[in-house]
This record gives sequence, structure tokens and C-alpha cells, in this order.
Amino acid sequence: MVDPAGTGALEAALRARRDTGGKCLVPYLTGGLGEWLSVLQAAAAAGADAVEVGIPFSDPVMDGPVIQEASELALRAGADPPAILDALGRTEVGVPTAVMTYANLVDRAGWTRFASSLAAAGVSGAILPDIPLEETGPWCAAADAAGVETVLLAAPTAPDDRLERIVARSRGFVYAVGLLGVTGERSTLADSATVIARRLKDVTDLPVLVGVGISTPEQAVEVCEVADGVVVGSAVVRRVLESGAGPASAEVVAELVASFRQALDAG
Amino acid sequence: MMGEPDETGRFGEYGGRFVPETLVPALIELDRGFREAWADPAFRSELDSLLADYAGRPSPLTECHRLSAELGVRVLFKREDLNHTGSHKINNVLGQALLARRMGKTRLVAETGAGQHGVATATAAALLGMECLVYMGEVDIARQELNVFRMRLLGAEVTPARSGSRTLKDAVNEAMRDWVATVEHSHYCLGSVMGPHPYPWMVREFHRVIGSEAAVQCRTLLGGPPDVVVACVGGGSNAAGIFSGFAEDPSVELVGVEPAGGAAVGRGVPGIVHGMRSYLMQDEFGQVLEAHSISAGLDYPGVGPEHSHLASSGRATYHQVVDAEVVDAFVLASRTEGIIPALEPAHALAWVVRERESLSGRTVLINMSGRGDKDVAQMMDVLADRI
Repeated sequence: MVDPAGTGALEAALRARRDTGGKCLVPYLTGGLGEWLSVLQAAAAAGADAVEVGIPFSDPVMDGPVIQEASELALRAGADPPAILDALGRTEVGVPTAVMTYANLVDRAGWTRFASSLAAAGVSGAILPDIPLEETGPWCAAADAAGVETVLLAAPTAPDDRLERIVARSRGFVYAVGLLGVTGERSTLADSATVIARRLKDVTDLPVLVGVGISTPEQAVEVCEVADGVVVGSAVVRRVLESGAGPASAEVVAELVASFRQALDAG
Repeated sequence: MMGEPDETGRFGEYGGRFVPETLVPALIELDRGFREAWADPAFRSELDSLLADYAGRPSPLTECHRLSAELGVRVLFKREDLNHTGSHKINNVLGQALLARRMGKTRLVAETGAGQHGVATATAAALLGMECLVYMGEVDIARQELNVFRMRLLGAEVTPARSGSRTLKDAVNEAMRDWVATVEHSHYCLGSVMGPHPYPWMVREFHRVIGSEAAVQCRTLLGGPPDVVVACVGGGSNAAGIFSGFAEDPSVELVGVEPAGGAAVGRGVPGIVHGMRSYLMQDEFGQVLEAHSISAGLDYPGVGPEHSHLASSGRATYHQVVDAEVVDAFVLASRTEGIIPALEPAHALAWVVRERESLSGRTVLINMSGRGDKDVAQMMDVLADRI
């Protein structure tokens, strides 16, 4: 449960890392795709502070080609939200998890029912990229009541006063969108990543993690000169897809996560 | 009825602004920009001039004598098919393009289904000297190659949407993804009364001219309003435009006609996609279903939020027709009136044909929202045995 100070398991784990001088690492993977539960456990064991699990949606407007493809494959293989949450609830991960999905899957289940099902599955956080600040009311009420930490996104386009309202409502951490664009790998770190991280650090004590466009350990280290950590999505999912999403994908992802961990620890 | 949405961008419980955070400041700016422009006589006058001198407004109201005799129903067509670029879409696009320019944007991004909105956007971009990129589902590109060529001829880039059902819904996804990356200099020129606030309201206001003209024209011809106003509904822009001229008068029946394979109001339940809460065809888990219609322009599993509100409140009713009825109506309008309709408004006529007994003796205004030139190649195959 979220205690009165608003600190749940997700935020506690990230603060613990940061407060001992480390940088937070949160890989993302697509739920329901191939051997995703093994990938999840492998990512956690390789040094993730928390793991973000995507529940695939038919129309993921915040996602680029890699996560779109993973979502389509998972849906074609029959992935559905209750089955993914059920499997998550039966899996020992070792670190907190956060679910990333889109508003319609939540709305279809019902805000309250979905929030309860996250809590029942032991999921700590929720990231809903098409529920911006103004639309968070009903969801946050349900999530708060169920003890689920709602992570809000903060984008480079937001004026300062909007960032302040976003960090005030965000729980777990604040997800700094590193660039103007959808998820996907980029060859270099966008200048906007450091800028948004700095602007957020100036207005909040919440952990500030940068996601979208963080593709390599070098980019992670660079942005973590300012940010408290990174979310790494497409780089992970691309490797899952390249290894056929089968048993080998766990090992490949473990290697990738470990390389991020080492780089961040070496600073 | 059909006024401004509330401060959260909702018509009743439908609408809102369910988009990635990156876009919210742009939507707030667009809302403010539109309010200012719409209240500015200079903007209105520039748009009115373009609508008159460039697009050819007002569009005529045609009394369909032979069709009326055939059906036993007095049928009038509001001739949006005679607008420049061949459909009602130009009304909205000229408004948005002028607004985008006023707001300092240099590039228009659009989605298109049948290609009518894409052609209209490419046209406005050419007229105003703006860059233009149109996303179009791969399936639609194959069945509407004439419009693809038109867009390219007009200087626009056409990019295929290859994900999902590869139709209009996926083109909207791609356009939104593009806008997330280019929001600083691009305007998303959305083609229907859908998407996040302020689009459903703004696009309807740009199409209000259809209903306003038709109300005056009906008064001249009939001495008052028609008994029934009928329009096809995909996203619902031409319907919203013509309904807006009659919604205040409770004696006028408003009828929206959806394709049976893309009937968000008829077969959907409320959901959230493309920035709005509205009726949506979806499965038990909330995955959006693929629409299937003979008409690319109506091949959409959602509907504009104001239509969901009009349906819930009972002010308008929504019905479905199947492809075979649409094909018959397409031929009927051609043979009785010398008007080859687009497949989209052929849906509206198809409903009138089916309901001709219950409509007997009444006056029905159909929004002839577009002309059928774009559909001729497709219909040559469909009608190969008949013509």
C-alpha cells in the first residue's frame, strides 16, 4: 500500500538506489510476448531496480515500430490483460513492477477493477501514456485507493507551471520524455533529454527517470549526469524480437541490462 | 444542442483529451488559437472568401425529381459533391490551414481514408505554400490510387500506414505519432469531428456552413425545414456539419447512417481511442476491432464524440446499411439524377431507399457529401456483371 507520504514499493526501490549514490535502471518489456516471464526475471536479476511490463494494445500511439511490432505479435498470439496480470501475480520477480498500457484497456475493465487487479497481481505502478494530467482524475482516484503508484509523463513541450503540477500528481517516479517523438532507439542522445531532466530535478524530489530514445549504456550514463535514472524500452524489445522471443531472449536481455547496470555503476 | 463542449472538451460524457502528454500543450494552444481566430472578423472574412471564390460555396440544394418519384419520398441533395476537390472536406481543411498559418506552423500532417481529406489537405497546402504529409493505410492506397496520385501531383508526400488493419484507423495512429515528433512546427490537420479536444468541436464549426446554408435554402424552397436530415457517418464530419443547421429545431429528425461493418454507434460501446471517449467497436478486453466497409472513407471503428452524445441523448438516431444496399443506391442516384455519388453518401441514400415506405410523403434532405469519381475504378469491378 501507498503510505500517507505517498511512498510505495516502486518509489522506495528507486529512492533506495538513488540515496545510496546509484542510478536507477528500469527496463521495459512487452507482456504476453514469447518467454516474457523469463525475460522479466532475467532483467531483474541482471540489475534492474524495477521492470516496466507493457500490456499490448491494438493502437499504441506513443510507441514506435519496435514496440508496435512486439504488441502486434503478442496480440496475435492471444495475449490478453487478465492473463498477463494473472501470470505476473504468480511470478517471483524480485523487484517492483509497473504496468504500461493504454487508457482503453483500463476503461474497458473499469478503472476500479483494473486498479484492483494490478494490486492483486503485486504490481506496484501504472504508466498510462494517453491519460495526461487533465484526464487523470478517475484513474488516480482508483489507483490511489488500490495502492497503485501512477507514474506521470513529463514532456519537453510542457511549460514550467505544468511540470510542477505533473510532479505533484506523479507517484513512484516522474517519467521524463527525452525527446519529441514516440518510443524507439536513436543514435545519439537528444539535447532535450538532459534539459527536461534538469527542469524536473529543479522542481521535485521524486526520482526523475528519462525514457524514450535511451538506446545505449553510453546514452544512459550521459543523461544520468542530471537524471536519477533511465527507462530502456525499444533497445530491450528489439533484442527480444531478434532472438525470436524464445528462451534465448532472456539471456540476451540479461546481458543488455547488465551492460547498462555496469555503465551506470561505473558512472 | 450542438453548442460548445464543456471546459474538459466533452459533449455530455464524450470527448476529452486522451493523448500523450507531449501533445497537450499544443492542443491547449490550438484551442486558444481557434477561439481567437473564430472571433476575429478578419479571419472569418478570409475564410469566407476562400470558401466562396476558391471552393465554390454556397453549394446548391438540388431537388431530386426523378428520384423522388421513384421512391415516393421528396428528396433533396445538399450538393457538397460540387465543392472544389469533390467533397465537403475542403470546408474544414481551408479553416485549419488558415488557422495553422496564423499560428506560425509551416507543415500540415493529415490522415486519410478514401483520400478525400488527404486531397483537400494537399490542396490547401498547395494554395497556402505549406509542406504537407498525408498518412494513408496501405489497403486504402491500393483501392484509391487516383487520390494518391492527386495528392502527389499537388505536392504532398503520401506515406503508407502499414500497421494494424492498414486502413483509416492506422493512418490516424501514424499521423498522431508524427505530430508527437513534429509538434513545434507542424499542425495536425485532422479530417473529421473526432480526436482530442478541440478537434471535434472545431471541425464541426468549420463544417457548420453546410447546415447553415441548407437551412436557408430549405426555407426558400420549402418554406421551412425538411422533415428528416440524413447523412453518412464514419468519423461524422459531414453529418455534424449538416445536423448543426437543424439541431435546434426538434421537429427535424436527424439520421446518421453507418456502414454495418464500421458501426461504432450501432455496434460499439464507449471506449477511448485517438484522443477521445466515444462509441468504439472493440473486443471484451478493449482491443479496437477492424472495420470493414466498401467505402474507405467510412472504414473506421470509432465515431466523433458529439455523435455519441447525440445518440445517447436521442436527438439523432443512427442506422446501418450493408454494402449491397450501398451499391444499389450508387446506381440509383446515377440513373435517376445524373449524379454519381461517392460511396459514403450512397450510404445515406441507401437508408432512405430502405425506409421509403415509412418516409412516404415526407421531405428528406440528404447530405451529398462527395462525388463518386474516386470510386469509379472500384465500382467497375463491383458492377462488372450489371453494367
